[in-house]
Amino acid sequence: MRNSFYIKIEDREWYRRRLIGSIIIVAGAFLVIIVRLFQLQAIEGAEYRRLSEHNCIRLQSIPPSRGLIYDANGELLVDNRPAFNLKIVVKDADPLEETLEKLAALLDTAPEELQETLKNSRSVPSYQPVLLRQDIDRDAVAAIEVNSFDLPGVSVEIEPRRQYIFGDTAAHFLGYMGEINEAELKRQPKELGYRSGDLMGKFGVERAFDGFLRGKPGGRQVEVNASGQVVHVLQEIPAKPGGNIYLTLDRRLQQKAEELTQEIAAVVVVMEPNRGDILAMVSSPSFDPNIFLGGLSNSQWEYLIGHPYRPLENKAVQGEYAPASTYKIVTAIAGLEEGVIDEKTRIFCPGYYPFGNRVFRCWRRGGHGTMDVKSALSQSCDVYFYQVGQKLGVDRLAAYAKEMGLGQYTDISLDRESQGLIPTAAWKRRRTGIPWMEGETLSLAIGQGYNLVTPLQMAVLTSAVANGGRVLKPRILSRLAPADPDLPAEAAPEMEQKEAEHYLEWSRETMDIVREGLWRVVNGTRGTARVSRLEGVEICGKTGTGQVVSRKTGEKEVKENVPAHYRAHAWFVAYAPAQAPKIAVSVLVENGEHGSSTAAPIARELIRHYLKVDG
Amino acid sequence: MFDRRLIQYFNWGFAGLVLLLSGLGVLTLYSAVSGGDPSPEQVLYVKQMIWFGIGYSILLVTILIDYRRLEGGAYFIYIGCILLLIAVLFVGRQAGGSQRWLSLGFISIQPSELIKVAIVILLARCYSSTLSTEGLNFYQLLKPMILVAVPFFLILIQPDLGTAMVMMLIAASMTLFVKVEKKTLLTIVLTGVMSVPLAWFTLLKSYQKRRVLTFLDPERDPLGAGYHIIQSKIAIGSGMISGKGLFLGTQNTLSFLPEQHTDFIFAVWAEEWGFIGSFFMVFLFMLLIIWGLNIAYACKEPFGTILAVGVTAIIFWQVIINISMVMGLMPVVGVPLPFVSYGGSSVITIMICASILLNISMRRFAAE
Repeated sequence: MRNSFYIKIEDREWYRRRLIGSIIIVAGAFLVIIVRLFQLQAIEGAEYRRLSEHNCIRLQSIPPSRGLIYDANGELLVDNRPAFNLKIVVKDADPLEETLEKLAALLDTAPEELQETLKNSRSVPSYQPVLLRQDIDRDAVAAIEVNSFDLPGVSVEIEPRRQYIFGDTAAHFLGYMGEINEAELKRQPKELGYRSGDLMGKFGVERAFDGFLRGKPGGRQVEVNASGQVVHVLQEIPAKPGGNIYLTLDRRLQQKAEELTQEIAAVVVVMEPNRGDILAMVSSPSFDPNIFLGGLSNSQWEYLIGHPYRPLENKAVQGEYAPASTYKIVTAIAGLEEGVIDEKTRIFCPGYYPFGNRVFRCWRRGGHGTMDVKSALSQSCDVYFYQVGQKLGVDRLAAYAKEMGLGQYTDISLDRESQGLIPTAAWKRRRTGIPWMEGETLSLAIGQGYNLVTPLQMAVLTSAVANGGRVLKPRILSRLAPADPDLPAEAAPEMEQKEAEHYLEWSRETMDIVREGLWRVVNGTRGTARVSRLEGVEICGKTGTGQVVSRKTGEKEVKENVPAHYRAHAWFVAYAPAQAPKIAVSVLVENGEHGSSTAAPIARELIRHYLKVDG
Repeated sequence: MFDRRLIQYFNWGFAGLVLLLSGLGVLTLYSAVSGGDPSPEQVLYVKQMIWFGIGYSILLVTILIDYRRLEGGAYFIYIGCILLLIAVLFVGRQAGGSQRWLSLGFISIQPSELIKVAIVILLARCYSSTLSTEGLNFYQLLKPMILVAVPFFLILIQPDLGTAMVMMLIAASMTLFVKVEKKTLLTIVLTGVMSVPLAWFTLLKSYQKRRVLTFLDPERDPLGAGYHIIQSKIAIGSGMISGKGLFLGTQNTLSFLPEQHTDFIFAVWAEEWGFIGSFFMVFLFMLLIIWGLNIAYACKEPFGTILAVGVTAIIFWQVIINISMVMGLMPVVGVPLPFVSYGGSSVITIMICASILLNISMRRFAAE
């Protein structure tokens, strides 16, 4: 031992004094505790006993008012209105059975229903209020208030309730709210103060910007009397309101697009091609987000889930479709840039193209005759693009498609975005173990095969063609207006969208050739979308007809024989005006058969509406 | 050869007191988590008994080893605990907004509990060699200050303000016990007082200031800590003189009390046993602490004396802070009540403390 010498006798006295000092300090501290115990238990004990017998200090949460959502023109789309919510504190509602019966009579419902609600919220401590009914009407409120003396523990709270002013307009975009679930509750940091039973954004903008819109709940400590009525407020922290959001959406254009897609399963994405603002986003059929607030009834839920057109899905970002002939834009650009064709390359289309032991058909049985790239685009000649694709090969084609944003997340601030799929030889080997077959490249070149894209990706691609090669990140926010100048400093910057775009290094010539081809689709004498010409504005576009199931070659198509959900999807992508594009549109009509007849007129009407062209 | 005097000098009274307090602790915990009823949470008190079992096994083994060997091992123990604290920052398990636990598969340990003992051992070693009746001067204090500052900041950034503060108080108690020169003490105190506003206005960000203010004044947070304090005061006060009786506490069973099995457990005891019971428990703790100081006095070599004082300081500060906190005399900090609060690391730490005191006590003959 390093320190083996013992304390000297003269030092023992020093130690003794220090230890006695310590004991005095210890005794003093314990004396304070005992005095305090005596004060709490003996002197004030009776008062605390009274408080504990009917524990009457309650915590009430004050919900923050959620931020409002406006469209690009400052028109209000989503706000909050006051609603009367019926609540009960089980501990105060004594006798419970009798109270529920009286309440049920006033509400004109069965007491069992109220009991059912209570049973579902057993995890709430008995001294905390349980939400019995949301948004009850004024008559019920009056009846309950009048009888409040007979209804211990029952209260009616005025709380803000979300209101989607235009109902099902832009429902997929705006999203909806729902009760926070267990897993979401665990994920949220404690400081944000989410509690079970709170509503939170579950979909769309409501979800993507939940933290910004929500604000911060406050609360108060109150003393209640035996029947649960507040005697006085002990302390209160006011709620902090959430910030307001201005979207890029144009409400009138959105409603116009919805009008045009009623009764069908269709997708419309309208984008401003120079900045990437999403002006309209329709996924038809829609739903009314208001119904989610009170919890859906079983029949409502089953209707939404069971509907063959999948109303809950935002097909604009979640839906994956074969791009069909719209993909010929990619094939044409790749072919020109890689030099496998040029402006003057001519290919004869007899209506079919034999390759290996298969014969690939052109959609036009009789053939197109001699085609160059512009006429092949405008008349959507399959044979021309089979050969361009064959010369390019799958991987070169895929590289161009990916550069244009296909098969990539656009990183739009909406959740559940699908990535799509642009196949490469390596992908197929990895996925199926079978090497790539050259014939498959031919199908790819006209947008069939494994290719999958979302309507939003096609809108981004169309914008890139329109604006001369900028692949934009779609923007959905035009402005954030924080309610509290304290809050945004932490919240806003990460929400402000970065202008994540990249420039495509294509030659001017390539772009001019492709644009000319797309111009002829609508304005040329033999263009596939000639019927959708618009007097006064030159539209450029590309039609597409995407097979849902591959059809055996040579089998004669009889429209009536094909069940509706096996009919091809119709595509039309377009931008206008041709010289200085102000709008880019991507339209997909599920099972719409022909892009030219079902999808293109929708795009034309939207362009007409947006550019305010008469005629 | 085994020295017979070890048994002759074994401090049966102190051991009995430790046993009594652990028994009361498990009983209170049983009441807190079950209210006398079988419930899924009951498994907690079984776990606690297992922890005590482990604690007593450690105690029985370690009292056989002469405590003076701790002097040589002080740095190893200290460095080991520091490494654990660093590990917590990287791989720790998060709970309630801070990262305090180290998960070892089936159990989680809280290194900030163990570091308290390590600091006490290390300071006992430092001070026993530099000790003088005039008190320590600034240069002699420099080393211990650095040794305490390292774990202090490691705990502070977890963040666990309460434990960091308790560790500081323990270290300060030991330092003041061995006496500091008046001049040096004055300088340190003045520097401390002056640096507080400096840190407040320059170093702390506004949200950190808010956190500190809420910590000091729970009334600022009436929906969180403030509410807990009110409920805890109601629980204690409603016990009145004779209490509501075992398992009859209502504050606890209606779950008004927050964390009734950890930090607020004294309120459960006080509600059920009233002033008589509370006084009894507080008295037992006081007895334990004064007994600890007596063991320090009976020990006749400096390392043992200072070690005993330090270990007693660990128990003292936790008891005082925890009980003051539940009675609303002090801010709500996460400090457990020794022997009573639920928690493996806390039980093991307190059993190590008891073991060290018994160890010092049974070897006091060495001087004769």
